[in-house]
Amino acid sequence: MDKTGKKWKLSSFESFAWRNAKLLWIILTVFLLMLPFVFRNPYFLTVVAKIGCYIILGLGLNLLTGYTGLVSLGHAGFVAIGAYTASLLSVKAGCPFFPSMLAGMLAAALIGALMGLPTLRVTGTYLSIITLGFGEIVKMVLMNWQSVTNGTLGVKNIPKPQIFGWKLTTANHGMYFLILFMIVLISLFCRSLMRSKTGRALRAIREDEMASTMMGIPVTAYKILAFVLSAVICALGGALYASLIGYIDPNTFNFDVSTLILSIVILGGMGTLRGIYVGAIVLIAFPELSRSLMKYRFVLYGAILVLMMRFRPSGILGWRSSLPYRLSGNVKKKLRKEADA
Amino acid sequence: MDREDLLLEVEEITKRFGGIVAVENVSFRVKRGEVVSIIGPNGAGKTTVFNMLTGVYKTDHGRILFEGKEIQRREPGEIVKRGISRTFQNIRLFPDMRVIENVLVGAHIKTGYSFLSSIFRSRAFREEEDAITLRALKILKEVGLYERRDDYASNLPYGDQRKLEIARAIATGAKLILLDEPAAGMNPQESSELMEFIRLLKGRGYTVLMIEHDMSVVMKISDRIYVIDHGKPIAEGLPEEIARNQRVINVYLGGSQNAVEN
Repeated sequence: MDKTGKKWKLSSFESFAWRNAKLLWIILTVFLLMLPFVFRNPYFLTVVAKIGCYIILGLGLNLLTGYTGLVSLGHAGFVAIGAYTASLLSVKAGCPFFPSMLAGMLAAALIGALMGLPTLRVTGTYLSIITLGFGEIVKMVLMNWQSVTNGTLGVKNIPKPQIFGWKLTTANHGMYFLILFMIVLISLFCRSLMRSKTGRALRAIREDEMASTMMGIPVTAYKILAFVLSAVICALGGALYASLIGYIDPNTFNFDVSTLILSIVILGGMGTLRGIYVGAIVLIAFPELSRSLMKYRFVLYGAILVLMMRFRPSGILGWRSSLPYRLSGNVKKKLRKEADA
Repeated sequence: MDREDLLLEVEEITKRFGGIVAVENVSFRVKRGEVVSIIGPNGAGKTTVFNMLTGVYKTDHGRILFEGKEIQRREPGEIVKRGISRTFQNIRLFPDMRVIENVLVGAHIKTGYSFLSSIFRSRAFREEEDAITLRALKILKEVGLYERRDDYASNLPYGDQRKLEIARAIATGAKLILLDEPAAGMNPQESSELMEFIRLLKGRGYTVLMIEHDMSVVMKISDRIYVIDHGKPIAEGLPEEIARNQRVINVYLGGSQNAVEN
């Protein structure tokens, strides 16, 4: 196909973004900070907050599926663990939001490590089926462990987070900024991670497990690490989501949520950060925008996914960067010195 | 042979898969700074020997001594830390990573900073990351891939992919580099370039053990050659001796019955 033409277009877009990086960052920052004050429609802001939550979930799954190459079909399970742990702690024990959220993340970390253990023996499709089972188990436990989880009645009146006595709600835009802050934090975390030996090891495992082993990378340990980090981020997203909506039940975290998170990662562009933002915006906003089409919107939704996979299997923004590899300032300086000498 | 110079000693290693004996009583030695080749027809068990050296398979019998220490029961990760690194018969790079990143992955075991210091981009992290990046660039210069450092590995031509695999092996800090059929699938010009390249490695002090089919490559650059057939050692010696050895000729040209019966 017109591979060269495509590449040229993308690289020119990339180099445009590269050349005007500062300006674009300023525009984006101003836009994100002003957004809730310009568009005051509460329905619109709820959708935006939901997109934010799904960006967090997408970033979490991306670590596992995008970078490490392990496909999970049960990540709603980790979201549920985070959401339930945090919500139950704050509703039943009156624990403040942030410690509850941390507890949820910790619980997800432990279970994530357990989920990572099958990777010792199982890979590929078989691992995905195990994660699928995991998601269903979590849902069943939440339904049937009634003394703790309230069963199918769910958890109601989940309190909003508070910072120094200031309650963060959708109306006062507190939730919006909290979610935005978390997205920035997690994005920075992922970026730092991917530009270190850990990130390179994860990608190497995705590319060729055997070769990674031969480079001395402890493959199993890194796969478990990927599971844990991914679970922790999704649990954080779950806790935020529960607090945002105020009500959760076992069906809030069904298989559809797992596939939605996976679709965000694949549609946006596996193994990139930019792709996750776009994937979440497209996949969450589209059903909302097309409410007027009612009956047909999920047909359209499915068609988008099918067409995307046919024509852009690497995702909307999932191209290989045509920019040079980023060397640190110090390395560049030394290279210049060598060239001069 | 002076023991001090010995890098690798393989003593009568055997590997069975069920009833099939893939490798039987194979022994050889590699001295520091040498280029040693193992040759033999298809299915002779050469790659199985490599897999035992790198810990992919465990030996059923025999010992493998690297710098005087037994390694035949060690895991692959431990063996590469001790200083043996390999390339693969069918190139196994990290195709969707850049050339320099491939080399940096090779430097994984030489990178010490902790997980937390990489998240907080501490001073220690930045200094070490700079140091390994510079080292990776130096290795790329050595193998002649410096200009292509930003390319994705899958975009390199075949010969360069081989070189990158070797660069990645060098980055592990290997004392012994195992090359599994480096000239496989190369045209005569590419394989003669490869030969020059291996000579260059030798000149830089690297020790190379390789498996190869291409006789022109093997004869010109090997210090010593070991020949195996059907998993059994049949000859060893200098290239000229091997070229004149009647059993080796029989095995390769399918001549008399002697070699097979033995």
